[in-house]
Amino acid sequence: MSKQMSQRLWFGICGFFASMTIVALLFLLFSIVKEGASVISWSFITEPPRRNMTEGGIWPALVGTFYVASLTVLISVPIGIGAAIYLNEYAKQGPVVRVIRMSIRNLAGVPSIVYGLFGLAIFASTLRLGVGLITAAITLAIMVLPWIITASEEALKAVPNSFREGGLALGATKWQTIRNNVLPSAIPGMATGSILGLARAAGETAPIILTGAAYFSRNLPSSLNDSFMALPYHLYILATQHAQAAAVRPIAYGTALVLIMMVILLNLSAILLRNHYRRKNEMF
Amino acid sequence: MSSHAEKQSEDIKQMKVVNKEKLTQKSFKANTLDFLIEKMFFVFGSIAVFVLLLLLYFLVREGSSALQEVGILTYLTETRWYPSSPQGAGYGALQFIVGSIMVTIGALVIAIPWGIFTAIFIAEIAPKRVREILKPVVEVLAIFPSVVLGFIALVILSPIVANVFDLSNGRTALTASLILSVMALPTIVSIAEDSLRSVPKDYREAAYALGASRWETIKIVTFPAAKSGILAGVMLGFGRAVGETMTVLMAAGNAISMPMTEFMGITVPNFLASVRTLTANIAIEGSDVSWGSLHYSSLFVLALILFVITFVVNLIADLLISRQRRKLTNE
Repeated sequence: MSKQMSQRLWFGICGFFASMTIVALLFLLFSIVKEGASVISWSFITEPPRRNMTEGGIWPALVGTFYVASLTVLISVPIGIGAAIYLNEYAKQGPVVRVIRMSIRNLAGVPSIVYGLFGLAIFASTLRLGVGLITAAITLAIMVLPWIITASEEALKAVPNSFREGGLALGATKWQTIRNNVLPSAIPGMATGSILGLARAAGETAPIILTGAAYFSRNLPSSLNDSFMALPYHLYILATQHAQAAAVRPIAYGTALVLIMMVILLNLSAILLRNHYRRKNEMF
Repeated sequence: MSSHAEKQSEDIKQMKVVNKEKLTQKSFKANTLDFLIEKMFFVFGSIAVFVLLLLLYFLVREGSSALQEVGILTYLTETRWYPSSPQGAGYGALQFIVGSIMVTIGALVIAIPWGIFTAIFIAEIAPKRVREILKPVVEVLAIFPSVVLGFIALVILSPIVANVFDLSNGRTALTASLILSVMALPTIVSIAEDSLRSVPKDYREAAYALGASRWETIKIVTFPAAKSGILAGVMLGFGRAVGETMTVLMAAGNAISMPMTEFMGITVPNFLASVRTLTANIAIEGSDVSWGSLHYSSLFVLALILFVITFVVNLIADLLISRQRRKLTNE
């Protein structure tokens, strides 16, 4: 085979596999949108499930997901940003930093269900918080922490060194420099990371199965110890645990579509935010 | 000439140190505050280490009664799982380990060629416009909630599998592998692409200068140079797949038995059998197990096994990535 023929063949193979990714994505989106689009309506979003979840909407699951994801972000973002500030602004290369970075990478690789079991053991049982909103949120916060740290560190890295030198040259202390010169420019990047963390917490199911998600609850959670309905768990229940699987199938499709749209919209807004500020930063 | 420049930079360094000392003597109060703030950030910074140790401690503590009374060997080698039966309880978890490894290997068999060829296409071949479509596509695949993928596997893939192989139940190891490959794919693509991109331009130009075609350059120069990083991507994909819960829970059928079959006289894994993974078993039994029982403790042993697998896999990936970095900066 000539050189050109073989190149064309291999490029074709690479292109085939690459186009399969697009096909896979379209297939996944299409299969959910096709069945789910007709289910979604204003009442589907705003009404609670009725008649053993065979009718009605997903309102409590939507609110539960909003609660647990917001709490997760409230807990994980301050800690994550603090850790990133240490790693990027204070820490000197050495064994301590190496151990910290290794731990972060390892935490990112721990299976989500293991976090769920850990949350059950430490928060629900040992610290007697029980299963509910706060236990689930702390567990999810620990799970998303590595991503928040990494994203915040990227944001700090993107701040030019001249910003720091300027502050120090004027006689500001290190903290004054970080607070006044570095953080303001890093905040958009950190916000992006936080939104991505929010999206991940909102779509996660395995840890909340063990730490506080409810099969069904008539009322919205009113305290931090209440168990809650959540969109991903609701979808799991409708798809596999419900006695009338066929009857609830349309609602399951609708739930899946809402979940996907939510996650994609969150990610999209994070990306747009990042691009907006990147363009602004380029002017310096 | 160069020694002069060195001396000059040495001088500048010294001046910087002196200046810094002068500045830091400026205000005692601001300095104490700064010192405290630095310590506070150190606490934040080390929280990841603390959490990792805490996680390990709790897995071992909660699993210790099972490890003492039953023994790790039983979990790793036996296949009878009746953890809550009053008489004749069984704690064999080998079928879960086999299930986890089967669906993961199955997923990787699909995702490795798919991911690596896609990464090569994105990094080396595609024109900019095509690349700008492909990259977001991979990113969207990465953010798909696993429960939605599980749902699609359940309602669309498993009937297809049942039809094609004439099974009564389409929820099999194969179905789980198919959907898991989609989950492992973005990890493999993005790490492999990064790794290909990190190969310096000089390498490629040297190959072109010797008369190599673009494909020959990829095959002989770029790909081998990026090999460790690509392998790291595969390891991380393995970690992602073996730890995934929802998709396998919904797609694999969850039968508690060894998924083996006789084929020409030897026992081989049966991908058309329903399997239960370590993750799925924890999810199924974890929510209504009574706290403190031997059954509860056994689930922590399963989690510990999972933790060890992902820990080792991540460690290998880590080593591979740093090796790649060293290789490309040394040469």
